[in-house]
Amino acid sequence: MWSWVGHRITGVVIFFFLLVHVLDTSLVRVSPEAYTAVIGAYKNPLMALGETGLVAAIVFHAFNGLRIIAVDFWKKGAKYQRQMLWTVLGLWVVVMAGFAIRHLSLAFGGH
Amino acid sequence: MTATIQSPRSGKIQPKYRRSGASKGNFEMIAWLFMRLSGVVLVVLIFGHLTVNLLVGEGIHAIDFGFVAGKWADPFWQFWDLAMLWLAMLHGTNGVRTIINDYAEKDATRLWLKIVLYAATTVIIILGTLVIFTFDPCPVANGVQLPGGFCPAP
Repeated sequence: MWSWVGHRITGVVIFFFLLVHVLDTSLVRVSPEAYTAVIGAYKNPLMALGETGLVAAIVFHAFNGLRIIAVDFWKKGAKYQRQMLWTVLGLWVVVMAGFAIRHLSLAFGGH
Repeated sequence: MTATIQSPRSGKIQPKYRRSGASKGNFEMIAWLFMRLSGVVLVVLIFGHLTVNLLVGEGIHAIDFGFVAGKWADPFWQFWDLAMLWLAMLHGTNGVRTIINDYAEKDATRLWLKIVLYAATTVIIILGTLVIFTFDPCPVANGVQLPGGFCPAP
């Protein structure tokens, strides 16, 4: 039940970011300087924390989504749904540890 | 003594007993299937997008106008981004539609939330598609090249 709540919340968060992300990318049609200035805002360390949170939402939604597909289409999916949830959470921790180290060291590491 | 019996919401009613308008056909089943099929494709497209844009080389520091120009000079990345735009917007819109149907109890509220949702989706998909295919690496305004563009040497 909590994985279902988490799936909804992360889905809505990702959807609203997607709207903003298409708009900020559209600035390439305004001028090179407008795009580079707004993209510059994504590069400060505070935003890097937000980006890491966003990627955490995306990775959970992706892995849990694959689990939902397995529950729906795999004969033994419903039987193993709990084990698959722990697999999702384990993979999520591993992937996010790797991403956070890489992304935050770029943002905070001075460049 | 009066009892109020809710009208059934299930679509599995014999047509002759159906009191509401035309049936929605199997739209909901198609939508359910679309979420799963697009979901699998989106995992590949978005993980690829994040790897290429945030993990490789300089990571986020490399992203500027020139980075976008370099990617969209290649039709491969144009279609990658186009597929990601359409699939993610339709997947997200259908997800939010489901959430509106679940939590907005008044008919008028549901209707208006969905009108706003579909309007936003239409605008974003059209805008994004136009941006990908009308991108100009060397933008010119009033006969003057804008700074930061990639223009052929005169």
